[in-house]
Amino acid sequence: MSLDVSIIGAGLSRFGRQPGVTGRQLAVQAIHAALADAGIAWPDVQVAFGGSDGAGLADTLVAELGLTGIPFTNVKNGCATGGSALVGAVNAVRSGAAEIALAVGFDKHPRGAFDPRPEDWGLPTGYGEAGLMVTTQFFAVKIARYLREHGIDESALAKVAAKAYRNGSLNPNAWRQEPMSEEQITGAAMVNDPLTQYMFCSPGEGGAAIVVASPAAAKRLGARAVKLLAVAPRTRAFGSFEVFSPSIQGDGIPPSVSTDASRAAFEQAGVGPDDIDVAQLQDTESGAEIMHLAECGFCEHGEQEKWIAAGETEISGRLPVNTDGGCIANGEPIGASGLRQVHEIVTQLRGEAGDRQVPGSPRLGFTHVYGAPGISACTVLGV
Amino acid sequence: MTVESVLPLTGSRCSSCGNVAYPAAAGCQRCGSSDLASVELARWGTVWAHTVQRFAPKSPPYVPPAEGFTPFAVGYVELPDGVKVEAVLEATTVDEPAELADARVTLVATEPVPRFATEAWLSSRSAAEEVGPR
Repeated sequence: MSLDVSIIGAGLSRFGRQPGVTGRQLAVQAIHAALADAGIAWPDVQVAFGGSDGAGLADTLVAELGLTGIPFTNVKNGCATGGSALVGAVNAVRSGAAEIALAVGFDKHPRGAFDPRPEDWGLPTGYGEAGLMVTTQFFAVKIARYLREHGIDESALAKVAAKAYRNGSLNPNAWRQEPMSEEQITGAAMVNDPLTQYMFCSPGEGGAAIVVASPAAAKRLGARAVKLLAVAPRTRAFGSFEVFSPSIQGDGIPPSVSTDASRAAFEQAGVGPDDIDVAQLQDTESGAEIMHLAECGFCEHGEQEKWIAAGETEISGRLPVNTDGGCIANGEPIGASGLRQVHEIVTQLRGEAGDRQVPGSPRLGFTHVYGAPGISACTVLGV
Repeated sequence: MTVESVLPLTGSRCSSCGNVAYPAAAGCQRCGSSDLASVELARWGTVWAHTVQRFAPKSPPYVPPAEGFTPFAVGYVELPDGVKVEAVLEATTVDEPAELADARVTLVATEPVPRFATEAWLSSRSAAEEVGPR
């Protein structure tokens, strides 16, 4: 049994507000784009996995795609929905159950979405009454602690957000295509100190799909394949600090599930962080990108300010990060984001990223999602 | 209300590994044991990290105070019991991070969520009570 799996197709819908278009339609658009990219048709797909957080069930998409009778599993795994769907598709190919498999993620969140109910999180209703069921508080508390602990200046937050909008302006599919200055970002309304409105991604709309295949099928189809060298999902370890936690248990520095997932991915791929030419890191807000740089092993904790000041995470830098503008410029359709990241790395490794193409023919890429309630999924891709 | 009259927070301690949880847990996150005993947590701790809630959270579920929403501090208080508890933090101002950073804080309420206060807030409060209506 071969463990090798290739990505032979990657597709996106448009991202950003699309009045009158449903989340399911965005998913179908993404799937058709991925199939066209792979040079195949829906009947060629032998198994599918997919999901959304709030835009419907992926297995109902067969009504629009064609009733071919294949197994289609719904995935609902928060921010890791796309990553978990990809794991399902990859394992189906690795096991020999299928030669061609599809993963799809999509969502269509209205403005101001994400209204968590305390009871759904196992919390007393008092947390809602007291105003603590606010996701942004978690990100702010975590980065506030991190900046203090590692002596990083708050100005790094605006720099990272400005890069996201700048990269978004080079990406014709991004939601936010207007560059924004660090002054505008810093001067925007404070949401939760030290994070302002423009440092956060917004609930958004979009669909993303990836087609994976066995090496034999990829060869037969003559696909412009990108090797999937690793895919590693993880849930949190004891003592971690996550959104909507009434307490953080244990002593010392909370461990990071992103560290666990990225280590597993690097081990599986047989490469290290230094070998990566281009990366997509979860940027729910700009502080998250800063922390994830170190949590995923690309630099030491505290080194980020120096990296950012030197432009190392820019498209022209040592490790370009979120070259498509990330969640900040593309918005966060929860189900779609993880596969959007994979799409961007596939595009970069094929040298087809246009104005935002990383120079020097990147050969190895990395993706990382992180989300509630303490989940992460990482991939390593190569050509 | 005096600080002494506030009931302590109740958590649980794992009989097998000693891990302390808040709120009281049904199973231990560290070792998986379900043999847990109720434990009263310390009434004071130090602020581990905090932020400020600058806008009124969506209602419902948020219930703003009768006098209307004002920005409030929220964060985690590290207790000597070996657990960090999420709490609303009372300070004389939310605009001066130094009052809260690493500050020693005291439990002043447990409902609807834990609420801890800085020394400065407590002394300004007792001064106000001395001149205010009885």
